[in-house]
Amino acid sequence: MPESSFEDINNIYVSSTMPPSRQYSQSTIPLLPFRHYIGNTEFCTENNTSECMLYISQELLALGFPSIFFDLNGLRELDVISALNSMYGLLQMHRRAVGMLAELEVEQLRVSSDLHCQQLTNSKLKDQLELSKKENLRLCERERQLEANTKALHHCLKNEKEEVQKLQNVIASRASQYNHNLKRKEREFGKLKERLNQLLTDKKDKKQGMDVLNYVGRSDGKRSQWKTGKTDSRHESDMYKALLNEFDKHQRELMIENAELKKVLQQIKQEMVGILSPKRQSGETQKEEKPKEFTDQQIASDEEEENSFKGTSEMSCEHAREQLSNSIRQQWRKLKDHMANLDNKGILKHESPPASLVHLGQGINEEMISKEVHQEEMERLKLEIQQCKDFIHTQQQLLQQQLSTPWDEETAAVLTDCYMLEEKERLKEEWKTFEEQKKNFEMERRTFTEAAIRLGHERKMFEEDRATWLKHQFLNMTFTDQMNLKTQNTLSEYAVQEQKHISSPKTPL
Amino acid sequence: MNFSEVFKQSNQLCKVSPDGKYLATCVQYRLVVRDVNTLQILQLYTCLDQVASMEWSSDSLFILCAMYKRGLVQVWSLEQPDWHCKIDEGSIGLVSSRWSPDGRHILNTTEFHLRVTVWSLCNKSVSYIKYPKACQKGMDFSADGRYMALAERRDCKDYISVFVCDDWHLLRHFETDTQDLAGVEWSPNGCVLAAWDSCLEYKMLLYSLDGRLLSTYSAYEWSLGIKSVAWSPSSQFLAIGSYDEKVRILNHITWKKLTEFEHHPTITNSKAVVFKEVEKRPVIPTEDLSIQQIAMESSLFDIQSKYEIPPLPVQVPVVKPDPDRANPKIGISAIAFSVDNRYLATKNGGFQVQSLFWHCSGDSVVLLGKDQLCLCYMATDEEK
Repeated sequence: MPESSFEDINNIYVSSTMPPSRQYSQSTIPLLPFRHYIGNTEFCTENNTSECMLYISQELLALGFPSIFFDLNGLRELDVISALNSMYGLLQMHRRAVGMLAELEVEQLRVSSDLHCQQLTNSKLKDQLELSKKENLRLCERERQLEANTKALHHCLKNEKEEVQKLQNVIASRASQYNHNLKRKEREFGKLKERLNQLLTDKKDKKQGMDVLNYVGRSDGKRSQWKTGKTDSRHESDMYKALLNEFDKHQRELMIENAELKKVLQQIKQEMVGILSPKRQSGETQKEEKPKEFTDQQIASDEEEENSFKGTSEMSCEHAREQLSNSIRQQWRKLKDHMANLDNKGILKHESPPASLVHLGQGINEEMISKEVHQEEMERLKLEIQQCKDFIHTQQQLLQQQLSTPWDEETAAVLTDCYMLEEKERLKEEWKTFEEQKKNFEMERRTFTEAAIRLGHERKMFEEDRATWLKHQFLNMTFTDQMNLKTQNTLSEYAVQEQKHISSPKTPL
Repeated sequence: MNFSEVFKQSNQLCKVSPDGKYLATCVQYRLVVRDVNTLQILQLYTCLDQVASMEWSSDSLFILCAMYKRGLVQVWSLEQPDWHCKIDEGSIGLVSSRWSPDGRHILNTTEFHLRVTVWSLCNKSVSYIKYPKACQKGMDFSADGRYMALAERRDCKDYISVFVCDDWHLLRHFETDTQDLAGVEWSPNGCVLAAWDSCLEYKMLLYSLDGRLLSTYSAYEWSLGIKSVAWSPSSQFLAIGSYDEKVRILNHITWKKLTEFEHHPTITNSKAVVFKEVEKRPVIPTEDLSIQQIAMESSLFDIQSKYEIPPLPVQVPVVKPDPDRANPKIGISAIAFSVDNRYLATKNGGFQVQSLFWHCSGDSVVLLGKDQLCLCYMATDEEK
């Protein structure tokens, strides 16, 4: 049967040509359907042979094979030879495809293994990178720590250096002091040696002694006493007496101071009690627990303390002191609490007036000014201030108006000047006369100065002339009478000139 | 302020008697006693050699003149000018000489501080005290003149001896816990003796009159220590000035530090008033007014100066001393309490102030410098 032979041939080819690699990669790769062809009945049966042949021929044509039929009288008859050729061609194709497939599979395997290798190396490198990053961080951290360490050490070093410097300075000053002392001692030693030498060689020994005319009496007038054992003990007792006196004095002073301080403390305590108790006694009606206790306690403690204080002089000082200081502290604490309470109450009252007012009405009103009342007072005072200010302002304005009411110009001028007019006129006249006189004086002064200058000049000239004349005279005294005549003439000429000179300045005047 | 004429003196020996009536000056080897009010010469004494030191006795009756080179001390009496007394120390030499508080004994310290000889003017007795210490202030008398404290050193250890000045009986002798005792000072009430170490160690020891150690105080170690010490007149406070430019005050009850004062070169305290002296020299006149020039020359000697108050903060000019030298000029070198116990004056640094004293009324301070005398008077506002 052709179908079964097909089957057998297929089986053979399937078994022989299945590449070995396919056994490994069956899962991954979609296989070409080389499976054992199960049953021919699926495609071709006895009924549809012609359709199958037609179909096969069409497929072969599509694949490029020649037609397996040849037409005989319009009936398509199977050309066995071409069919076999086509089958051979198909088988060749199949073999080639299988070969290619095998190659591809090999290729694929190789690539996948490469990929796998790459992935492994990649992961290894990633791990390595992580490790090296961690290492880097660690090293950075260590470096930072080391830097901090070095900075601290530098700082320490600087401090140490400073201290060393200071100590060196101290050592230097001490050394210079030691040297100085040493030198001084050496010098003294040298002097001592010299002196010793001098004394040893010196023959005459100067005697030591005192030469006094007569002995003088003691400053306190008493006689001096013999030195016996009694004097020693007397000295000791004197010394101790002096010390004891000093101690006594000191103790007395301290006792006085102590007493004063105690008095002061007692006063403070009493004042504190005084401040606290009257308030509390009046407030006794409202808050019964605390304040009543408080005052009772207080009164009780006061009595106690008064009693105790009376007995302080009998008790030991320490005990009394402790008691007093404790009681003061207690009082102070109570005062503080009380002040705190007052503050709170003030606030409370402000917030809830009606209810508490009734209760707190009698007690707190006198000494304690509640906030409301305080504020009202403030408002009122402020208002008053404002009113006063306004009043003053208006007054000032009125005053200003009064002073600067607009007059007519004339009347204003007249009115303002009226009282001074007479005096002004007089003053003007006086000024005028003064000015005139000043002018006159100026003129006179000018003329006088001119005259003085001229006079000076003339005097100079006169002096010169006189000098020359005298000279001439002396010269001419040695000559004969002829010259005398000449001189006489010259003399007369000079005299005339002089007269002219003297007379000339008069004219411009 | 009026000044008298200038009198000659030598060696800065010029002292007023304790009762304030006489003034004694030494000129070379002569001793001149004048009346304080009239400045007339009352007595004139001649000593054997140039006088090195001169001291009045406490009752103003005798004057002691010491001549160290010759080892002689001469005592003169004011009541009896012909009374004479001469003390010769002989070959042992003389380094210092002073009166005892009763004015009848003379204490001579021999050369090299070998011993202290106590000469009596009342009787023939002579006392010797061995091994006194040569230090800043080795000998101190109590205020009432009853006891004397003397610093001694033997076998490389410091001791203090307390003597009764009446008959020079040794009352107490005890060792002190110091490296190098530098000074002793009685408190004004005579019951406490302060002893301090040299500047190499800051240590202040307080002993009671009977020799018990009351307390020790040490502010710091190693740096240079105590420079000056002063008791307050009421004996309540002890002021210690040190090289670190601070004054520390101890109280007499616990002997612990009460307070300390610093000396900053910059004064910033708002309550402080600083007076700065500004010198004004007169202008030299020009040539043509020749007559005036002659008149001006005489007034060039009195330099006018006035005090102005500069605003705070004021920087006080400080001269940095050489720290390498021994006993450097830094630190508190002078402390003085006012008489009424209210004020404390201190001098810090290297200022040229040689002495600092309060007036007995307690309201003025005298500062004596090298060329200048400054009197500071504090006026207190009357409280209304």
